[in-house]
Amino acid sequence: MEPKSFLELMQWGPDGWLDEMVFGTFLTLAVALVSFVFGLVFGAIAAWAKVSGGPFSNRLSVTYTTVFRGIPDLLVIYLFYFGAGLALAALASTFFGYDGFVALPGFLVATLAIGLVSGAYQTEVIRGAWSAVPKPEIEAARACGMSGWTLFRRITAPQILCYAVQGMGNIWQLVLKESALVAVIGLSVHFAEIRIGDIVLLGETRFSDLLRQAYVAAGSTRQPFPFYITCVLLYLAMTTLSTVVFKRAEFWATRGLRTA
Amino acid sequence: MDFAYLAESFWRLLGGVPLTLQLAGTSVAVGFIVALTFALAMYGRVWPLNWVAEAFVFVFRGTPLLVQIFLIYYGLGQFRPELTDFGLWGFFRSPYYCALLALSLNTAAYSAEIIRGGLLSVPRGAIESARAYGMSGPTLYRRIIGPIALRQALPAYGNEIILMIKATSLASTITLLEITGVAHKLISETFRAIEVFLCAGALYLLINSILAFAVRRAERWIAPDLERTEVAATVH
Repeated sequence: MEPKSFLELMQWGPDGWLDEMVFGTFLTLAVALVSFVFGLVFGAIAAWAKVSGGPFSNRLSVTYTTVFRGIPDLLVIYLFYFGAGLALAALASTFFGYDGFVALPGFLVATLAIGLVSGAYQTEVIRGAWSAVPKPEIEAARACGMSGWTLFRRITAPQILCYAVQGMGNIWQLVLKESALVAVIGLSVHFAEIRIGDIVLLGETRFSDLLRQAYVAAGSTRQPFPFYITCVLLYLAMTTLSTVVFKRAEFWATRGLRTA
Repeated sequence: MDFAYLAESFWRLLGGVPLTLQLAGTSVAVGFIVALTFALAMYGRVWPLNWVAEAFVFVFRGTPLLVQIFLIYYGLGQFRPELTDFGLWGFFRSPYYCALLALSLNTAAYSAEIIRGGLLSVPRGAIESARAYGMSGPTLYRRIIGPIALRQALPAYGNEIILMIKATSLASTITLLEITGVAHKLISETFRAIEVFLCAGALYLLINSILAFAVRRAERWIAPDLERTEVAATVH
């Protein structure tokens, strides 16, 4: 096979791979975004347990953050991928007498795994932001007669959000880069044909995340280098754009705070 | 839970520990030297060295390690004839060396940033008074800038070493049988994910706890006067 030039490889449409790479980027972004939201939920619960939970929930939360920050993310993804498949298969054979392969909701498994890991980091960010909320403000709010949920909603929560923006920006970058790991479990999604009237916008496709897509394209064309370089460039674009967005958000969130 | 199987997989996973430690140890050592060079280049503002260093840090911190590993191992394989001409094919055909290169460059980028942070934390006044005493060049670095920067950078650097232990797990994607590689092999042989995961996770936790303890001791040793607060979630 005659080697093709970079531009020939990166055409849009059936002859080139640009469309696959761009859709891969979208899937990667979707994985990162959903994982990040899962992480926020886990992180918020664990932070709440650390700050105002009892001794048992506190212990549980400390164990969670220690374990998931101490073991590799890839191992967690493997556990979820294989473990969830086995659990589903076991359930299927016990309750439905079905012995065979159970198709996994790959997207859910991957995002839950990454979310659980990022949640462990998000816990620390939320807890840090929580303890940065000035105590006199809480006392003042109590003096005004606020308590419980009202106090949290009006005074504590908005300030946690402001203080947490910077740390959350770091974790978003972490999650974005971690989303590349889904390539090892071969996550892919299937799209039906998209058309307006008679014009086919997008044929029926199945595509994977950015890195997997590069891997597949590399194997198919036997020219791996252009695809991995494209992958690097697209990731750089994503992380750089995120930096800009979070800088803005941080500026906005801390506009009321005195800066040095 | 099958304890006999648990014990068996623990022993087999233990076989992956040397490779994990070897990968992490070598890449942290190599990465540190590269990082120090780049951090000094960025700190010293010598054009075009600082520009090169900043570009390096930007690229390696802005992309996932797995992509870097694939680029080096699979991507560079495309240039086999050229690499053979330069006598480098022996290096780039080996998954071990490719993983080592990717890990070293990756940790170098993060460490350069940590070291630069340490250097920037050195008070101007300290440097000025050292200069007033007649110190300059290497003496200034050895006596004043180095020690202060080291104290500042050590907690974050300790975190980086722990992250590297975890990062070595990615070497399993290019066939290396370190702890995660062995775990993956065991799971695909026996389909007992939970047991294998428990053992592998315990091994990583053990290694990282020992490291964290050692780093805390080192911090207290080099900076007994500084009040240490827990380093909260310094992440990649």
